[in-house]
Amino acid sequence: MIRFLGSRLLRAAITIIMVVTFAFIVLRLSGDPAQIIMGADAPPEAVDAFRTAWGLDQPLLLQYFHYFGAILQGDLGRSMRDGRDAIVLVAERIPATLALTIPALVIKLGLGIPAGITAALYRNSFIDRAVMLLAVAGFTVPSFVLGLLLVLVFAVQLGWLPSGGQESWRHAILPIITMGVGGAAVLARFTRSAMLEVLGQPYIRTASAKGVPWRRVVWGHALPNAAIPTVTIIGFMVGSLIAGAVVVESVFSWPGVGRLLVVAVANRDLAVVQCILLLVAATMVTANLVVDLLYGLLDPRLRNQPKRAAGVA
Amino acid sequence: MTAPLVSLKGLRVAFDEQLALRGIDLDVAPGESVGLVGESGCGKSVTWLAALGLLPGRATVSGSVKLDGQELLHARPNVLDRVRGGRIAMIFQDPASSLNPVHRIGKQIIEALRLHRGMDGPQARAEAKRLLDQVGIPDAARRLDAWPHELSGGQNQRVMIAIALAGRPELLVADEPTTALDVTIQAQILTLLQELRKDTGMALVLISHDLGVVADSCERVCVMYAGRIVEQAPSARLFEAPAHPYTRGLLGALPPLHGPRRKLSAIPGGVPEPWAMPPGCAFAPRCSMHVSACDAAVPEQVGLGRGHRASCIRATLTVTQDQAAYA
Repeated sequence: MIRFLGSRLLRAAITIIMVVTFAFIVLRLSGDPAQIIMGADAPPEAVDAFRTAWGLDQPLLLQYFHYFGAILQGDLGRSMRDGRDAIVLVAERIPATLALTIPALVIKLGLGIPAGITAALYRNSFIDRAVMLLAVAGFTVPSFVLGLLLVLVFAVQLGWLPSGGQESWRHAILPIITMGVGGAAVLARFTRSAMLEVLGQPYIRTASAKGVPWRRVVWGHALPNAAIPTVTIIGFMVGSLIAGAVVVESVFSWPGVGRLLVVAVANRDLAVVQCILLLVAATMVTANLVVDLLYGLLDPRLRNQPKRAAGVA
Repeated sequence: MTAPLVSLKGLRVAFDEQLALRGIDLDVAPGESVGLVGESGCGKSVTWLAALGLLPGRATVSGSVKLDGQELLHARPNVLDRVRGGRIAMIFQDPASSLNPVHRIGKQIIEALRLHRGMDGPQARAEAKRLLDQVGIPDAARRLDAWPHELSGGQNQRVMIAIALAGRPELLVADEPTTALDVTIQAQILTLLQELRKDTGMALVLISHDLGVVADSCERVCVMYAGRIVEQAPSARLFEAPAHPYTRGLLGALPPLHGPRRKLSAIPGGVPEPWAMPPGCAFAPRCSMHVSACDAAVPEQVGLGRGHRASCIRATLTVTQDQAAYA
């Protein structure tokens, strides 16, 4: 167990380092932050002064080592825009994002999993076809299209809900639905195929053959097995709680982490972008770690070093 | 003959309009052991899956399956749930995938004990341990907490048998129980089934593609071909005087244990596909004794005495010839 956890933690650390490094390089290769932040018609001396102030005149490798050293000491840098600590800037936005992503996750799970199970149990029936039609529609329509569509219907035409902003809980409804529907569709499809796979297994027939009522076969025998692949997808969903709302926050002008990221990238606000990416990588890696541990919990075959029974029958 | 425990009459099964079973008539008496033999796809497993209502929804089943006079076909789910495992238990070909990988062995046995004998807690656990002892699993108390993947194929099949015994069934249907196992383990499992039948008095239906397996373990053998029973007889009689040319073909394909070595004879051709069944006898196109009358209609079963019946218009002829040869 300790060795398993150790190797996973090491791998997680390597993943995070790679993300941080990649972000660092790409951001510096894709435009000069000094020029962008100071404006195109800023005097060259001012731009140079900005570069010196933020250490941008140093060789790239040196900048990287400084940056990395600072991270290890818990310093994620300051925003080049307003001079505050990047971590503070990002942390301010997290509650707003979670206010969208957590209810959306609840919708995804609450809608997607039962829909997928029902579709699988009534395979090829009207219910199955209807659920799958909705699921395909739900996950092929990009979230910005769905978002705009919802705005058009519920904000512009019917006038029931606001189209954007963060003044009240009513402002959150459309963005939450936009995110929830797409995720529920993905989960429904995935749950359905996992259930169908499991329902075709011989041990399901065994359970029926020993007289287990069908409801119990589904709940006690099929679901625990179908949960194993489904947990992977749920892990991804949990991992994207912080950064999964970039598009939707932009469409609905919701001041969360996603919109901060869009603005910071446009402005080449290096520390802020890097801070967000680090956070995203860390949550995704943590979610994956939890998924790995859950696998072991759900599937006895994956627990390490199974002691094979000695001898034959 | 005593009243049959289970009686199949005109059992037909179709998958997506294609007939897989074309009318099975079969009685199993209490405590009897019957072998069901035939090549893969002839409908031996489908017969019993259909009888217990275990086929997928796209299968259409007709005919009659009676257990002590009670109709099982299209019976209500709660009726079937009490019969399955409680009165008729079934074990399957691949023991490793027939056990639920996320439940411990003990839990899977106790589930059957709870369903059919209302047992729970320590009492159920003790009984589960006794069952594992009975099917010959060493260190049973500890094995209760094992996962299926920690046991070998043979041990898993023993666990399957223990689960089947948990409901004290009157009939155990063993569907190719040894096909996925090593030869030495095969013999052990077959012996175990024989002993259990003797000890518990339950009837046994042994489904196999292996005539040898069935001959050793069963009092009576039914030979199936293309969705029908083409011949049935007491085991010894069937081997002595096979009446149906298909049975003769199967026996000719077995290597003899005694006497000089001979070339094994194979049956020419293959089983007709369900959508291309000949109008008469399904075996006619491959049959060396084929005459034009064979193609006219499906042959009726002909009684040949002493429980021996065959669906062949020339059956009487072949048997008389054999008897002349033996005389």
